[in-house]
Amino acid sequence: MSSAVISDTVIRDAAARGRSPRVKRPSNGLTHTVLAIGSLLMIFPFVWQIIMSLSTNAQVTSVPPSFWPGELHPENFAHVFDQLPFVNQLWVSVAVTLIRTIGQIILCSMAGYAFARMEFPFKRLIFGLVLAILMVPPQVYLLPQYQIVQGLGWLNTIIGIASPGVFSAFGTFLMRQFFLGLPDELAEAARLDGASHFQTFWKIMLPLAKPGLSALAIITVLASWNDLLWPLIVATDSTQMPLSAGIATLTGSRSIPDYPLLLAASLMAMAPVLILFLVMQRRVIDGIAFSGMK
Amino acid sequence: MTTATSSAPAGAATSVAAPGPRRRRWTPTRRKEALWAVVFVVPLLFGVIVFYIWPIVRNAYFSLTTWGPFGGATFSGLNNYEAMLADPSFWRSIVNTLIYVGMLLLGIPIAVVFASLINRPGLKFASVYRTAFFLPYVAMPAAVAMVWRIIFNGDFGVLNYALSLVGIHGPSWLSTEWFALIAVGLVGMWISVGFNLIILSAGMKSIPPEMYEASALDGAGRSRQFFSVTVPLLSPSIFFVSVMTVITGFQLFDLLYALMGTHNPAINETQSMVYLFFAHQQTGDNGYAAAVGVAILVLVGLFTILQFRMQRRWVNYV
Repeated sequence: MSSAVISDTVIRDAAARGRSPRVKRPSNGLTHTVLAIGSLLMIFPFVWQIIMSLSTNAQVTSVPPSFWPGELHPENFAHVFDQLPFVNQLWVSVAVTLIRTIGQIILCSMAGYAFARMEFPFKRLIFGLVLAILMVPPQVYLLPQYQIVQGLGWLNTIIGIASPGVFSAFGTFLMRQFFLGLPDELAEAARLDGASHFQTFWKIMLPLAKPGLSALAIITVLASWNDLLWPLIVATDSTQMPLSAGIATLTGSRSIPDYPLLLAASLMAMAPVLILFLVMQRRVIDGIAFSGMK
Repeated sequence: MTTATSSAPAGAATSVAAPGPRRRRWTPTRRKEALWAVVFVVPLLFGVIVFYIWPIVRNAYFSLTTWGPFGGATFSGLNNYEAMLADPSFWRSIVNTLIYVGMLLLGIPIAVVFASLINRPGLKFASVYRTAFFLPYVAMPAAVAMVWRIIFNGDFGVLNYALSLVGIHGPSWLSTEWFALIAVGLVGMWISVGFNLIILSAGMKSIPPEMYEASALDGAGRSRQFFSVTVPLLSPSIFFVSVMTVITGFQLFDLLYALMGTHNPAINETQSMVYLFFAHQQTGDNGYAAAVGVAILVLVGLFTILQFRMQRRWVNYV
């Protein structure tokens, strides 16, 4: 893992044995150059979006590009609230994300715990059923889901957009794996002390599962906030859409009369998740890595 | 879910009768545990059956029906599949999806190189680089598409401006056949590098340092170590990342929809399979859309099986 440190010890070992070191410690200059260029390519679109969102429409569409607007136009951000149903869509996004995340945390941790630590009839069959969904692309169940939501009268509602996503095969699998990795002794001790299954789960195992829960929460927030296909299908009214669908409908339109306005709106639409990531970076990265290692 | 509750004693009977090492007596303690397990599992199971299992069955039926303009469905056998297989846009959507998946797969070697650089011990600013690479992955695709639309613009886009500086007259990227797909693929690579980097970095932490030590003693330099130690020992993570890449690549939709839009003159030549599904759903042609859904399932399944078959040739499990 630590090649430079290793080459140091190699050098020392070799020197101790009176041999000339074969491995020199190379400088990290080239590494930094490559990584810095890569990072700039990654960041450039965000920087460009911020600059352009503070420019005028004429500056955005000027040839050659204007790299700096001179006078900044923060009023573009204020116009988003006058000219687009941004607040409505923000509310839908927040509500849908909250419902899905809280729902998944409750349902997936309970079911995941049962699959990991309890014995019950048909356990393997039921777990296999849940796992099978993981293998299926969403297009195979979206149309009937739409019919169900339509039948319940939930089209263009928050509950309609959120409801299928509350039940997650992936989250259940993730939590099962996490509970399987926890030591058995604590739960057994609690059971011997007369705690019920629910008490053991709620007071002993769930607090231990916090890293798993935070990974699940992070993945669900990301997926839910950015989800596009399902909201486009069930929410057709622009005031009842989440931000993803609202922004995509505008950016995908044939001609765009006011670029800075849409740039400002899309910047604000992704800002909550980006800020969440920047604040909780370590946890987000660990969460994604954990879900990948399942 | 009364069925699941009432089936508990029946299941107990079979499990007692069932042969095998796990056979245990149906004691009151076990019954209590099973009852609690039902309480824990049934809420999830209810949703999974209503919103996933049942819809999957329904979708198979949908694909065998023809939908009228007002939603009435009539059974029509394999008509939708015949129409789909005779539809040039269906085959084109497969080609486009595969090209996009191929571009994302090309991003994996790039991510491996970046991951090996970023995980050099004692590297300064490593967390800064990591943040930069990961940012595109968390950003909403529909929202970053807005700025990419401007960057790729044929008239005033900064990409064509940069190309003009070296004497190349760039195309109207997002409204020209093939170029649009390349542009979408580039944005897809930009998004996926961060995810791959995180998974590969986690994999790198499990490579034993002795491997580098031994290879260094044998006189291997950094590039030799990269090809002879890092890549082979990282192959399980590379395999996982490539399986995930194929699965997510087949889901190409957000970027197409937000970058190109529904009125784009090049969209018919650029649409992915999921886009084709969406387009038919929007016009109420649910039977055809359901058949496309089944086709996506079959193709993703085939490619995943193929990858698992091929892994024996190149993945090393230590």
